[in-house]
Amino acid sequence: MTLPLALSQNVINLMYGVAAILLIVGIKRLSHPSTARSGNAVAAVGMAIALVFTLASPVIDSYWLIAIGVAIGAVIGVASARLVRMTAMPQMVALFNGVGGGAAALIAAAEFHRLAPDPGAVSGDILGAGMFSALIGSISFSGSLIAFGKLQELLPGRPIMFAGQQVVNGLVFGAAILFAILAGSTEDQVWMVLLIVTALVFGVMLVLPIGGADMPVVISFLNAFTGLAAASTGFVLDNAALIIGGTLVGASGTLLTVLMGRAMNRSLANVLFSGFGVAPAAGAAGGAAGGDGQVVREIGADDAAVMLAYAKHVMVVPGYGLAVAQAQHATRELADLLEARGVRVRYAIHPVAGRMPGHMNVLLAEANVPYPQLLDMEDANPEFTRTDVALVIGANDVTNPAARSNPESPLYGMPILDVDHAEHVIVLKRSMNPGFAGIENELYYNAKTAMLFGDAKSSVENLVGGVKNA
Amino acid sequence: MNATLVSSLIIFALAVFLGFELISRVPTLLHTPLMSGTNAIHGIVLVGAMLIAGSAESNVEKGLAFVALVFATVNVVGGFLVTDRMLDMFRRRPDDRE
Repeated sequence: MTLPLALSQNVINLMYGVAAILLIVGIKRLSHPSTARSGNAVAAVGMAIALVFTLASPVIDSYWLIAIGVAIGAVIGVASARLVRMTAMPQMVALFNGVGGGAAALIAAAEFHRLAPDPGAVSGDILGAGMFSALIGSISFSGSLIAFGKLQELLPGRPIMFAGQQVVNGLVFGAAILFAILAGSTEDQVWMVLLIVTALVFGVMLVLPIGGADMPVVISFLNAFTGLAAASTGFVLDNAALIIGGTLVGASGTLLTVLMGRAMNRSLANVLFSGFGVAPAAGAAGGAAGGDGQVVREIGADDAAVMLAYAKHVMVVPGYGLAVAQAQHATRELADLLEARGVRVRYAIHPVAGRMPGHMNVLLAEANVPYPQLLDMEDANPEFTRTDVALVIGANDVTNPAARSNPESPLYGMPILDVDHAEHVIVLKRSMNPGFAGIENELYYNAKTAMLFGDAKSSVENLVGGVKNA
Repeated sequence: MNATLVSSLIIFALAVFLGFELISRVPTLLHTPLMSGTNAIHGIVLVGAMLIAGSAESNVEKGLAFVALVFATVNVVGGFLVTDRMLDMFRRRPDDRE
């Protein structure tokens, strides 16, 4: 194929400007609830404009490779976005982010391969930008895959650590930088390959020691990384659309990462590096405290159902366990039954319950839980003192009172739901295993707490049956 | 420093500024969709993949560009669709309940 309608680069650049404006408007609208959905559509139109006019570029003289690649990518993209279950969306975002980073690294490698036979012909800034894309893109690729593996539970969610990890990570990163410098100065392919391999290894090492509970922040962080990698390829290819699109994501993604960290009362550095030392030690200490002869009270589904049926105020506290078990519909059924009996049921939503901020809202909306029943943390906490039964469904770390009282705990200072202020607490949990953060929860040893063990969905269904008979 | 680099750097600086200004206050509810939406936007690397693929000469470059094309397209298409699906969840009004 040859190009049917080559436009001048000036026309294309003008259209890139239009596309950039649409991307900006899109992001702006995405940050307000009422306009978010249209914002996503506006950004998609901007993207389409950038892509269509790129195809008219005089640089492109063959279309078959593009046609096949885009067709395959589109099929995979549509299938994975449509078929994925709501609960698996966080890891899907991680995966999409990873392939974006991988694409940026591959572009840098291909361009390096094209330019390298002619050492010295390329200016330093282009080489530097290329090395940066390869480095950051590769880290984002492998890091996102590890994040995906952790969220998909292909890998253990707990931090994976070994002695001297920080030193090893530092050395690996140093090696990657060294290879980047060698590749840039000698323009020898070998160094580029080594750079990418080492950066991939570093991405894995960076994310492995971070606990599953912090994955949303990590994905957001890697999202910003991929944005910067894309922007950097824009410098390599002298392309304004890439620079603007990539940088917008790099900057807004960085800020979003900070906002997410703030919702958990953590700094970015704390999220990324605390797993290297603090969390395991404190986690172990917490585990020891839990084993100090403290007892856990177990309750059967029928007894728990009676407690709920004869309560006045019930507060449901959903967490990741609810998402995993797909218990949202059963939970709503339970709430409807209770309401029919005159029990007031509401939901307390912690900003970082689940694996992503907003995760619980998404799930409960799927089950058509009415909005007014959803209370965010600020509104929910004063209500717990008036709550007869707090029903914790698969939530763990966001209910741990150690965050308020125990300065030794890694959770200390994180805003939590004051579940222990309710008169009774029923906790639905698969087992006594600690949560994703790997920290023992004192709530379970509280005298007013009763544990109902089992898969969240079947437990809730048992409660539904119990309430019907109550 | 040539003129191209200077204008690129100016664009870059303005985009950094805009990126920070755009999302000053985002409700927690929207953190995930916003992350997902911006995630789709960095799929703009597809522009780069297209340019490289369309002008690649050696088989190595074609191979690299091809994988980059597939990756970037998955990023764009999957990214926008999954964001739309997430936001669709928020569209329902309380009175749609029954």
